[in-house]
Amino acid sequence: MRRVYPNKDVCIGCHICEVACLTAHSASQDVVIAANEKAVTGLQPCKAVYDKGQISVALSCRHCDSPSCVSACISGALYKDQETGRTCYNEEQCVGCWSCLMACPYGAVRRNVTKGKIIKCDLCEGRDMPACVEACPNGALVFESR
Amino acid sequence: MLFKPISQNFSDFVIVRENDRCINCEVCVRQCSYEAHYWDDARQCVSHDHTKCVGCHRCEAFCPTGCLTIKKNPADFRDNALWTPTYMKHVYKQGDTGGILLSGMGSPCDKPIYWDNLQLDASQVTNPSIDPLREPMELTTYLGSKPDKVSFEDTPDGPKLTTKVGPQLKLNYPLMFSAMSFGSINLNLHKAMAMAATELGIAYNTGEGGLHPDLYKYGENTIVQVASGRFGVHKDYLNAGSAVEIKIGQGAKPGIGGHLPGEKIDEEVSKTRMCPVGSDAISPAPHHDIYSIEDLLQLIYAIKESTEYKVPVSVKIAAVHNAPAIASGIVRAGADIVVIDGFRGGTGAAPTMIRDNVGIPMELALAAVDNRLRDEGIRNHASLVVAGGVRCSADAIKAIALGADAVYIGTAALVSVGCTLCGRCYTGKCPWGIATNEARLKKRQNPEVAAKRLANLIRAWGHEIQEMLGGMGLNSIESLRGNRDKLRGLGLNEVELDILGVKHAGR
Amino acid sequence: MSYVIVGNGVASVGAIEGIRKVDTTTPILVISEEDTPTYGRPLISYFLAGKIGLERVNLRPDEFYVKNNVEVKLNTRVAAIDKAAKTITTEAGEQIEYKQLLLATGGVPFMPPLKGIEGSGVYNFTTLNHAHMLLELSKKIHRVVVIGGGLIGLKAAEALRYNGLSTAIVELGSRVLSAAFDDVAGGLVAQRLEEKGIAIRCGTTVEEILRTEQGEVIGVRLANGQKLACEAVVVAIGVVPSLTLAKDAGIAVNRGIKVDDNMCSSADGVYAAGDVAEAPDMIAQEARVTPIWPNAFSQGYHAGLNMASEDASPHPGGLPMNAISFYGLPTASLGHVNPAEDEGCEVFTELDEENGTYRKLIFRDEKLIGYVLVGEVDFAGLYTGFVRFGLDITPDVKDELIAGQPSALLWPEEEFDTKWTPAAE
Repeated sequence: MRRVYPNKDVCIGCHICEVACLTAHSASQDVVIAANEKAVTGLQPCKAVYDKGQISVALSCRHCDSPSCVSACISGALYKDQETGRTCYNEEQCVGCWSCLMACPYGAVRRNVTKGKIIKCDLCEGRDMPACVEACPNGALVFESR
Repeated sequence: MLFKPISQNFSDFVIVRENDRCINCEVCVRQCSYEAHYWDDARQCVSHDHTKCVGCHRCEAFCPTGCLTIKKNPADFRDNALWTPTYMKHVYKQGDTGGILLSGMGSPCDKPIYWDNLQLDASQVTNPSIDPLREPMELTTYLGSKPDKVSFEDTPDGPKLTTKVGPQLKLNYPLMFSAMSFGSINLNLHKAMAMAATELGIAYNTGEGGLHPDLYKYGENTIVQVASGRFGVHKDYLNAGSAVEIKIGQGAKPGIGGHLPGEKIDEEVSKTRMCPVGSDAISPAPHHDIYSIEDLLQLIYAIKESTEYKVPVSVKIAAVHNAPAIASGIVRAGADIVVIDGFRGGTGAAPTMIRDNVGIPMELALAAVDNRLRDEGIRNHASLVVAGGVRCSADAIKAIALGADAVYIGTAALVSVGCTLCGRCYTGKCPWGIATNEARLKKRQNPEVAAKRLANLIRAWGHEIQEMLGGMGLNSIESLRGNRDKLRGLGLNEVELDILGVKHAGR
Repeated sequence: MSYVIVGNGVASVGAIEGIRKVDTTTPILVISEEDTPTYGRPLISYFLAGKIGLERVNLRPDEFYVKNNVEVKLNTRVAAIDKAAKTITTEAGEQIEYKQLLLATGGVPFMPPLKGIEGSGVYNFTTLNHAHMLLELSKKIHRVVVIGGGLIGLKAAEALRYNGLSTAIVELGSRVLSAAFDDVAGGLVAQRLEEKGIAIRCGTTVEEILRTEQGEVIGVRLANGQKLACEAVVVAIGVVPSLTLAKDAGIAVNRGIKVDDNMCSSADGVYAAGDVAEAPDMIAQEARVTPIWPNAFSQGYHAGLNMASEDASPHPGGLPMNAISFYGLPTASLGHVNPAEDEGCEVFTELDEENGTYRKLIFRDEKLIGYVLVGEVDFAGLYTGFVRFGLDITPDVKDELIAGQPSALLWPEEEFDTKWTPAAE
């Protein structure tokens, strides 16, 4: 199964992956509209860049083999797709209890406070290549099986 | 701007931001190493300071919405053919600092560029063109001393060479990556050049900063340089490469030595150069053991002994008035390769006045040296390599027609990995991650990505050279070497044509 | 039948997924005394409050059972286990053989021996059926008292208040939620509930449920003598593991069915998971019953892995955690949140009364062992990582956590390099 693997040796902490992620998941698919509407839609990127001194790294849902979020989900909105191996999210089924956000030890789940639903990387279903990987200017994100 | 000496407010560039496209993502703030962009807490938006902009275009390239444009400051000084804004700003700066002006990269002055005034020939009827995609086209080049005469003997397996030929450096293309020291640029770039050179079967030059242990494995495609500071020079170093180059001079700063500011010297640079962290690394102008041509001969042979005569020894000089005579002396002193570096050559840091006003163009120096060595009957004793402003494959092929065996590219290599020639290399804040050793900046050059771009550049030029050769009806670079008749001058005067040894177009 | 699971709670679903990770073919039988497939039990308060309809309560879509080759016997209660013969017998008398058995029977609400508790008008709130009953009831009555200020009690009260009922909560402790959270967090939650019109009486308990001569509930009498009028009472003071089945079969029980790291009970081929199991706890270093939803799933999952494979897949240990919102005020607590004075823990708290936010971090032996968050829960997961993986914390890292800036880059380098990206498959 292909996942997005970050390389903190060559991440330059530009945060462009966050902008690309937000745009790809927005209704408008337009970078300016999506960014300006964040306050209204509550949308956030699935990707989060962590900076500490000289090191930066961009992280998002690991699509764990044994996901803590799936264990914690009270509505079954989060589940493991046995065929693709992805940790999937059904937004309609979600009740916004934030259990998954608390349970994920990688802090990979974020809140859309406006909608009362979570935001979690979906490996850009529907795209050939996740938006963050495409946008990274320094080859710090790769989409591959390991 | 407030609180700055007025003389620093005549910025060369202005930052133009399309406010309705700015999403305050702060990518420009993070990317600008000169801090020209910043987050304005009071106005809660991204803001900028024109006077800090050096015109590197990093922000423009990275802006996700494309809302930034870097433009020449439209504020004009009064037109003055003598006192251009450049000269005025030099004087303002020296009034402030009292110091010599420093510059990075090669001379940008509006002085003659002979490549732009030389045109190549092409076949039409009698000597048909050759298509390099369908027929063999030889670009392989051997750098080293060639014998005066070759003898063969007949064997059952065919003729065999009996003449002993000196060590050669084999290149798959007549192109190499120029000397750029580890310290002026960082290890990521050196790694990239080493990887690209190895993949392509050409060579790169370590420059005067020594060779990092991680790169010894690319030794077969490495030329190790011995400069006047002898930084990083030890026995293993001399035997690590496939050629040794003694650097007498550099086109960008003939007559003076090298200078790496202390800010750019970190642990790794210090270990490789064998000099202390944080203190300026100064290479003296002369090698203090070379005060005559005989001294040079001694050093050349000392190196040959030390490397057991297994690798060619090269000597690099800056292109100055007496280049032909000096070159002749160098060849007679035993050098296998002579490198001529024209005044447009790049540098990490050089005094501006010297960079722009000392030295002569590589084209003239090359032609003159080639002529002189031929006249003396010693042209084959050493290969000629030329550097100092080769921008494209056409420049390279013209250099070969003028007499070069191969060409070094420095600036072109850096441009291929992102350099925009903002010329602030001496600050150590290169935002493209090239001329800096700062941890967070040098990451911006991913060696894998850079190596790919460098290899692409050489392959592209190689293909273009093949096309141009084929267009001339030649199928080997050997046939073009020193073949002045394949060039014609355009708008050059008699003296220039004479020195270059080419006819004017139409003749 | 190879795999038999008794109970169709979340541990049951976890077990199915665990078994199928290893064994994709052998059929699984699930026996449940309820009349519906597994539903998200915590959703009953959303259902009662009218936030979701019945179409959303199932934990997995119907195809889940079909795709995973699971036969579900609903409305069936298991009466006995013969651990020697490896068979179970249902109340209807059917005998079923098993190779691997999982007891995921959960718990039953604890009913205190109160005067007046027998009779109509007294409800629990642990099943979907309870929610249906209360929903119907809400249309007919106006006042209700909830006994118990824990998680279930508060959610019941909130949902009933959503239906317009006049609601009061009676809690024995000095504050609501003081077991799962702490006094301060409990106070902030109580404040929110009171703002929304729920009356809260702490530090006392119900001594008697008052009834008319016809036996209808008309109120409760508190220990301090006060009387509260109401037409129904919801008892939510705790859940006890249903142990009869195991006890009768001679399987070792204590407070729950005793299991080891691999969820295996004292009987060969018999596993237990979820609210019924007493398993090693991650932080307390002793066996506990941890009736927490994510815990039940992961225990079930590991039980499933161990039932299906020779290779042991030990459970990392129970970790108490709760994420729950009250009228939009989010809260999260995880790990050991109420240390005693003499436990050698270092506690950091930050309370912003004006904004209603609270943050508490509990450290012990250079590790983070618990946290409480009210209001701003966005970084909960990042704190969880430190607790869950027992990451070593240097003084610099501790300062960052205390400053409210947890970050993945604060992990020790080797831990980050080995854990953050999934291992090669």
